[in-house]
Parts: sequence; structure tokens; C-alpha cells
Amino acid sequence: MKRLSVYSYLSAIYLFFYVPIIILIIYSFNNAQYSLLWRGASLRWYHELFTDTDLWVAVFHSLVLGISAATIAMCIGGLTAISLYRYQFFGQRLLNGLIFILILSPDIVMGIALLILFSLISLPLGFWSLLFAHITFCIPFVALTVYSRIASFDKYIFEAAKDLGAKDSVILKQVILPLLWPALFAGWLLSFTLSIDDVIISYFVAGPDFEILPLKIYSMVRLGVKPEINALCTVTFGLTLFLVILSQLSLRKKP
Amino acid sequence: MKHDGTFKFFSLSIIWVWLILFALLPFCLVTATSFLSHDDNHLLRLPLTWVNYFHLKNAIYLKIFKQSFYVAGLCTLICLILGYPFAYAIARAQERIKGLLILLIIIPFWTSSLIRTYSMITILKPKGVINSILLWLGIIDTPLSLLFSNTAVMIGLVYNLLPFMVLPLLTNIERLDNRLVDAARDLGANRITTFRKIILPLTMPGILSGCILVFLPAMTIFYIPDLLGGSKSILLGNLIQNQFLVAQNWPLGSAISVVFTLLLLILLLIYWRNMRGKNHQGLL
Repeated sequence: MKRLSVYSYLSAIYLFFYVPIIILIIYSFNNAQYSLLWRGASLRWYHELFTDTDLWVAVFHSLVLGISAATIAMCIGGLTAISLYRYQFFGQRLLNGLIFILILSPDIVMGIALLILFSLISLPLGFWSLLFAHITFCIPFVALTVYSRIASFDKYIFEAAKDLGAKDSVILKQVILPLLWPALFAGWLLSFTLSIDDVIISYFVAGPDFEILPLKIYSMVRLGVKPEINALCTVTFGLTLFLVILSQLSLRKKP
Repeated sequence: MKHDGTFKFFSLSIIWVWLILFALLPFCLVTATSFLSHDDNHLLRLPLTWVNYFHLKNAIYLKIFKQSFYVAGLCTLICLILGYPFAYAIARAQERIKGLLILLIIIPFWTSSLIRTYSMITILKPKGVINSILLWLGIIDTPLSLLFSNTAVMIGLVYNLLPFMVLPLLTNIERLDNRLVDAARDLGANRITTFRKIILPLTMPGILSGCILVFLPAMTIFYIPDLLGGSKSILLGNLIQNQFLVAQNWPLGSAISVVFTLLLLILLLIYWRNMRGKNHQGLL
């Protein structure tokens, strides 16, 4: 009896999570313009989606942005985590605090702060402003992911390497990176997802010449519900699903 | 040895230059902007003034501040009430299905919250799923206007932020030593006492992290009130966005952000002090 109630509660919450998304996916295959009525399955909206060139430009922009931001954030965030773990330096606690504050600081405040910075140095809003912004909000998440992994290592591995005469660069290449790369990859995936999903910060620092996918979806949704958006959301959801499973596998693999 | 110093210097300088340039400096600029003025020809201009902060005493802004804190607080409470038993049940589930259950909660966590908000529109709109089912069952005669209401905004917020409550709780509850619960039960404590004296204090860090992760975004995800609430519900996020991109009053927008950030910092400080207290208890 108790078990039954536990499972029904679990199912109720999972239904709450998934029913809207599943309905969205089902209706992306519906061959009807407005109605909720089922008019038979079709790939009409997918066809429309794939012939919409504006949309593809936005997708391409988002991918370029996501890949570049995630890669640079992975490098800087990884270096941050390694330095925080390995070195004692001036301002270490400040750096720690700054990373937590960056994670907790509301997106909107970061968005306007970067908007003010970019307009002050007259950087035109477009690819570069978006790239700098995305790298900045991804760094703390990479640093945190990598740090929690590096902290679980045996500290003596590094000391052993050092005692055996390895330089820092050798330790990095031969010891740290091979052990850390699953965490770095997970950080990369998280950054990539954050980058291609971000609406709030991008909303402030994007320009008209460089349209990206989340803002494109946002403006389409504001104009009204169209079956084409259902198809677009379904494709994006599928991509997310793939990335989640990939990241789970990469973190699960024990070094 | 010299080589080592170079590597350390190299990595630390990249990190510091980046964070100072793109994190510390912009936040200082927001503060500076909040003391500037503006007119039709200039986004920002001198003289320095307190006027933007005085504007905030206007009843409209006070109301938006109060309403945002209320909405975010209520959303956090609902997420906690829904999420705690949920996380607890997952943590205590059989190992066989636990991995799958956790994966199923991570997926919404990673899915674009814009897409999830959009999927809520499909459910709530007048000819949407809920109305269709209710009409079909004969419970209602005319479609309910669920969309564009405060209820819709609340449903959208809870829907979007619930995973942020569940994940920290789950991590915390999983680490909870079951033997303590068993010991309390063996010593004659009933379920309620065990929960109040053992489980609740030990999972307090998870509860607090979850509350922070829900409360902070709840006030500023401007697209949820925008898409689900129509023009009726304006929250802080919408107000700031409006001042920057529509009204073009950057100084006022900055002043609102500064006050908002300070309020959040106070909340965080309270949280950190509590956490420190909790850690001491853990050590004892």
C-alpha cells in the first residue's frame, strides 16, 4: 500500500514533467494548421522547418557560438579548477567566491552589465559580444564540474609525479589531463547546452546581424503558436536528449 | 623550477584578466550607471545623481518588488513541497531503477526552459489539452482562461524550476546515513519525530541550496511572465528588461538591478551563516 502511493506520487510528478513535452512532440506530426484535432500524421511541419533558410542561419550561428564558447570556457574553466586545487596564491578565496557569485548572480544582471560594458567600449553587438558573454557565464560551471572531479583524486598522485621529477607542464599533460578529461568533456557539454539554450543574457547582448536559435524561437513564440515551432522544439529536444545521455556516459566512466 | 612558475603565472593571469574584464568590471559599471542621468539624445550622461534611487520609492516599483518576492517565494515553497517527497522517494528507490529515475529528472534540467515554457502554452491555451479534457468530461461548459493569468505564470515557474529543487535535495538525501534513521526508530521515535529531529536537520543544506536555485531565477526569468502572463503580471525581470530595451532608461534599470542584487546578497549571507552553523552541528 505504502509502496503503491510512493510510486503513484513519483509517476504523477514525472507525468507533470513529460506530458507537456510529449504532447508537443505528438502535435509536431499533426497535419493541421491550428486545431488540436488530429488530422493524421505528417511530416509537413518538418518539411516547412527544413526549408526555412532564416532558421537554418540561426541554427548555424548558435552551433558556431556554442562550440566556440564551450571550447574556450572549457580551457579557462579547467585551468581555474586546476589552479584552485594545486596552487596557493594571492586572492584564492576571492576567486573561489567570485565563481560562486557568478553562478548565483541573476542572468539578467549579468546581461545588462555586459551590455553596458560593450556599449562603453563600443563593441558592436553581434558574434563577439555573444561569445564573450557566453564564455563568461560558462566558465564557473566548467570550473565547478572539473573541481569536484579533481578533488576526488588521490592527492599523492601529483606529489608522486613531482617527487619523480616531473615539471608542472609534464604533470598536466601526463597525469592531470588523462584523468580529468571526462570531467572536462562533461563541462564542455554543459557549456554547450547552456550556450544554445540561453535566452536572458543573449537577449541583451545580441545584435540584429547575428541571429541565434533561442532568440529566434522566442520571437516566433511571441508571435503565436505555430505547428512549425512544435517541430523545431521537438528537434531541439532530441538534441538535448542526445547530449544528456552522452554526458552521463562520460561522467559515469570511472578513470 | 622556472618553468613551473611560468605555467602558474600563465594560467592565473588568463583567469584573472577574463574575470576582471567580463565579470567584476561590468558589475562595477552597473553600479556606476545607476548614479548617472539620461536624456533623449544620450543613453547616459553626467551629472551624478541619487535621483534613480529616489524613483524606486514610487509605489509602482515597490509593488513590483513586493510582488516579485511574493511570487518567487510562493514558487519556492511549492517546489519544496512537491520536490522533497519526490527526491526522497527517488533516493530510497531500488538501485535497479534509480539510475533511470535520476536520468529522467536530469533531462528536464538540461532541456531549454524556453521550450518547456512553450510546451506549457500548448497545455494551457483555451483550446489546449486541459480545457479539451475538462470539456469532454463535461466538468466545464466554457473553456477556462488559464493562459495569461498569474496561475499560468506560477505553473510555468514551478514547471521550469522544480528540477533545480529536486537535484540538490536528491544529492543530499542520498548521502543521508540510513542507520541514523533506523537508530531513531529503534529508540522509539515515531515517524514524525524521526523526520523532524533526524531527517530534516540533516537534509537542511540540500533544502537551502534548492531554495536558492529556485528563488533566484524565479524573479528574473522574464520570458515566463511574458509568454504565459500576458501584460498582467510584471515581475522584476520584466521591469529591468523594459527599462533597458524599451524605455531606454539605463540608469533607472541599473538602480533597480543594484537594489535587487543587494537584497539577494543579504539573503545569501543569511544562507551562508546558517550553513556554517549546520556544518558545526555535523562535526559535533
